[in-house]
Amino acid sequence: MTQATTRTDSTPATETAATAPPNAGTPASVPTGFEEVVTHTPVRDIPLPGGAGVLALVTLDNGFDHTKPNTFGPQTIAGLRATVERLAQRAADGEIHAVGITGKPFVFAVGADLKAVVQATSRDEALEVARAGHAAFAAVTDLPVPTFAFLNGAAMGGGVELALAADYRTISAGVPALALPETFLGLVPGWGGCYLLPHLVGPANALTVIIENPMNTNRMLKGPQAFQLGIADVMFDPADFLEESLRWAASVLTDETTVQREEVSRDESEWKAALAAAKTLVDLKTGGKAPAPYRALELVRAARTSTRDEAFAAEDEALADLVMGDELRAGLYSFDLVQRRSKRPAGAPDKALARRVTKVGIVGAGLMASQLALLFAQRLEVPVVMTDLDEARVAKGVGYVQGEVDKLLAKHRVSADRANRLKALVTGATTKDGFADADFVIEAVFEEMSVKKQVWHEVEAVVSPECVLATNTSSLSVSEMAAGLAHPERVVGFHFFNPVAVMPLLEIIRGQQTDDATLATAFAIGTTLKKTTILVKDSPSFVVNRLLGRFMGEVAKVVDEGTPIEVADRAFTGLAPMPPFVLLGLVGPAIALHNNETLAKAFPDRFYVSPNLRRVVEARKQAIYGWPQGRPVVDPEVEALFEKPADPVVLTTEEVRERVLGVLADEARRMLDEGVVQAPMDLDLAMITGAGFQFWNGGLTPLLDREGVSERVNGRRFLPPGVASVPA
Amino acid sequence: MPRTLREVVFVDGVRTPFGKAGQKGIYAQTRADDLVIKCIRELLRRHPELPPERVEEVAIAATTQIGDQGLTLGRMAALLSGLPTTTPGYSIDRMCAGAMTAVTTVASSIAFGAIDVAIAGGVEHMGRHPMGEGVDPNPRIVAEKLVDPSALVMGSTAENLHDRYPSLTRERSDAYAVGSQDKLAKAYANNQIQPDLVPVATRHQELGFGLATEDEPPRPGTTVHDLAQLKTPFRPHGNVTAGNSAGLNDGATACILASADAAQELGLPVRMGLRDFAFVGVEPEVMGIGPVPAAEKALRKAGLSIDDIGLFELNEAFAVQVVAFLEHFGLADDDPRVNQYGGAIATGHPLAASGVRLMTQLARQFEEHPDVRYGMTAMCIGIGMGGAVIWENPHHADYGREAAA
Repeated sequence: MTQATTRTDSTPATETAATAPPNAGTPASVPTGFEEVVTHTPVRDIPLPGGAGVLALVTLDNGFDHTKPNTFGPQTIAGLRATVERLAQRAADGEIHAVGITGKPFVFAVGADLKAVVQATSRDEALEVARAGHAAFAAVTDLPVPTFAFLNGAAMGGGVELALAADYRTISAGVPALALPETFLGLVPGWGGCYLLPHLVGPANALTVIIENPMNTNRMLKGPQAFQLGIADVMFDPADFLEESLRWAASVLTDETTVQREEVSRDESEWKAALAAAKTLVDLKTGGKAPAPYRALELVRAARTSTRDEAFAAEDEALADLVMGDELRAGLYSFDLVQRRSKRPAGAPDKALARRVTKVGIVGAGLMASQLALLFAQRLEVPVVMTDLDEARVAKGVGYVQGEVDKLLAKHRVSADRANRLKALVTGATTKDGFADADFVIEAVFEEMSVKKQVWHEVEAVVSPECVLATNTSSLSVSEMAAGLAHPERVVGFHFFNPVAVMPLLEIIRGQQTDDATLATAFAIGTTLKKTTILVKDSPSFVVNRLLGRFMGEVAKVVDEGTPIEVADRAFTGLAPMPPFVLLGLVGPAIALHNNETLAKAFPDRFYVSPNLRRVVEARKQAIYGWPQGRPVVDPEVEALFEKPADPVVLTTEEVRERVLGVLADEARRMLDEGVVQAPMDLDLAMITGAGFQFWNGGLTPLLDREGVSERVNGRRFLPPGVASVPA
Repeated sequence: MPRTLREVVFVDGVRTPFGKAGQKGIYAQTRADDLVIKCIRELLRRHPELPPERVEEVAIAATTQIGDQGLTLGRMAALLSGLPTTTPGYSIDRMCAGAMTAVTTVASSIAFGAIDVAIAGGVEHMGRHPMGEGVDPNPRIVAEKLVDPSALVMGSTAENLHDRYPSLTRERSDAYAVGSQDKLAKAYANNQIQPDLVPVATRHQELGFGLATEDEPPRPGTTVHDLAQLKTPFRPHGNVTAGNSAGLNDGATACILASADAAQELGLPVRMGLRDFAFVGVEPEVMGIGPVPAAEKALRKAGLSIDDIGLFELNEAFAVQVVAFLEHFGLADDDPRVNQYGGAIATGHPLAASGVRLMTQLARQFEEHPDVRYGMTAMCIGIGMGGAVIWENPHHADYGREAAA
């Protein structure tokens, strides 16, 4: 069952029903008054050609256009059940000879109305929701006439499961998204999906849809891919999809067409192999900390030998457990953050104040600057001028952009015309004269206040008084950088995360003098760049780097005090996307050290600079781990750089986790008290999109609340019970 | 250097079931362009021997070329039907004779040698685009009394026709209309209509999706007595009623035309050969008489007389204009050669779409009557015109030979 969704990365999503705002998710307040948008199930009798009889066609339609897709709430399920019961009677009376189900234009159905699902206040209620859906869908399967699902548009969760309940399926080649996103959000496909799908397409294909796609930032299938997996029996063009589907249904009824499906193996070893592969992926992605995908694996395992009733009962139980679990609630909270809060950044000024940007200047032509140039050219589609000190650097930067465009062309991600356009947009120069008619200049030069101030003075000599000056600093004060300029009000922080093309987060920093027009322009550009934007107060290391700095610093301290690196690294499975010392290697020890030093300078009492890390940097080691036999092992040379304390304190993984979560709770509280961001939701949104923190933990603060860390450290929760957890 | 004209053949034609215009009609929530797209796709589906890239023109007619009937409809419909980007297209407007003009225009291109294969058709969604939507008549029409204002109201022009020919009574019109209903009902019973229909999925927000498989307007079983009760909306105590006129309708048609050589090369069926056509203007106030001079001109050009025409498909915008045509040529009101499957009074008349319906039906009648050598499709046209197209039956023994002069 379930609805929903979109990707959490910055990949441009097509503007289709698939990415339309779902009804899912709850939000920043405890769910109260809930009103279901009912999906109606009107029936019309279709006289089929060739004497195939009458097909009763059910249309799923909630009365809104495709931006509000069909969902299944309790009234919808009850209505569907009643409709199917009437059809059963009519079938028994010989009035109809087949039943078909299709959706409204562009949308079949995107699954359970999750707002309704989380209305359940007890396990029994949750169990009832699960059973009601099963009963309605099983009634379709049990109709005494052949049943057809015509998958005309987006289908997710319960929408897919309703289609699976039918005897036959047709699919439109234009379906933009078909998915079972449940395990991504914290549920299982529990209205038949875990049983019916493996029996239709085999365990490996089923697990691609049930596990692999959701675990990969909730990937979705397009119509042709779903057809290739065997989810539908036949595919038709969108232009006359329903007409051709009905014609095909008639030919099936008259035996003119015989539906051939690949036989699904009952061989236990084949099922085991598919399940093992899927479990490896789940372990990798969740570290065993997210219950939903494991429940789904268990259901698929049992599906091989279960009867339908046994399997459906097991799905009911799994749903009831998960609906009453905090992981689902946190998952929905996270989903709401990335879907809604990210589109209306808290504290951002009126959009109408934004100025038009027709040309962009970039100071610097290094790797970061070149990545920015490519991104701005692709998304803003305006000329981008890069400047650097000498011709060689400029040529290298422009060359990088051209090379990346060529790669996109080779992969058919852009057309030849588009490639020409992008290449022509990005130029370089050794003087800043080209900035004269730029509306937005961003600097990506060396992270040193005096250097940046010098850059802005030079830029200000060329640009108009309104031109926005954005700094990609990760740690320096935006206000200080602006001080002394003729127009300090047009300076704003624009903090990207590496790699720029992939990481969705953009921290937008308001300096003391930054005016609303500048800020609005910054947010408008962020949106055009398809980034998740968060307003941050000018403060040391902003949000993600500050929290990660406190986190990494404390882990380093624990290790410096005597706990082995491997033990410390094991303490955070299922919290961070990778163990801290692996992350250190990815970020680069020097950059991590610089961040720690900056923060320690600002907050010497809390932030720790590890002497061992300093030695690693001085030794120019790039990583902590080596991969001698394809497995990560702490590099012996790095190990040798770590000084052992006289009285080593060796903590267990649990102790490490408790201690480090404690300092995170402390830092998060302080950041809220200082007004670094507007609300805990912004910290969580930042950690999900900027640090890869997990959906089922709600990012950070729901996890701290859930594990009691917030109350232990701060004496209070970050979010009231029910916001990202089961209500008390 | 003299140029040789090429023979043009009618390969196949289809249409959507016609619907009643308005909120209760089957196509109330279905787009106009989608209707014609279904027809084009059906033609391509029925003719896998025709490579889509060989379609070199798509001419689609619509009277009201705005909204979903605008945007260079022929080109858009080609793209939306899945034809390759290399297939061009355009829109045509000659009011009721739009599709007929689309056919004669692409046929002219084929005959000239510019193209080999084309799709021609028409669509009118009179529910979404009522007649006269957005028109802005030139004030000179009134100021200079160029045209009687009644010329713009089609029903009034039909009343004007009754005035001109007093022998054309309401009773004759009503009797003709009943005949049309009866003939269509019989044609449906004989499965002579259904093979040329494209089923159309009809979306309705409250009722759900349906499937249109038959015409919505017909009123089988209508009697002369029923019709006599109807009001005359165009003038008090007039002659023209909803019963002896075509209604306001939604629907689309399309057909494939090809040069005879291309048809042979590709293995396309030849269902009719195009002999001649003519469009002629008449006084706008009596536009219904238009087919008479148009037929005369086409016959003259073809070197034929009315007696050579064995089958007629005449559009029935109004019974009176058909009866006027029949009387002029000395044919009986119930001549068995005329509108064997009934006509627009029964099926409906989605203005710019109707021309191809006449041709598709004539093509089927040619198959049924290999003894008939020539047939005619003709129609009256708003603002005072008539159009007539003469076709030759490929099933006739003498097909292609010099016409007996």
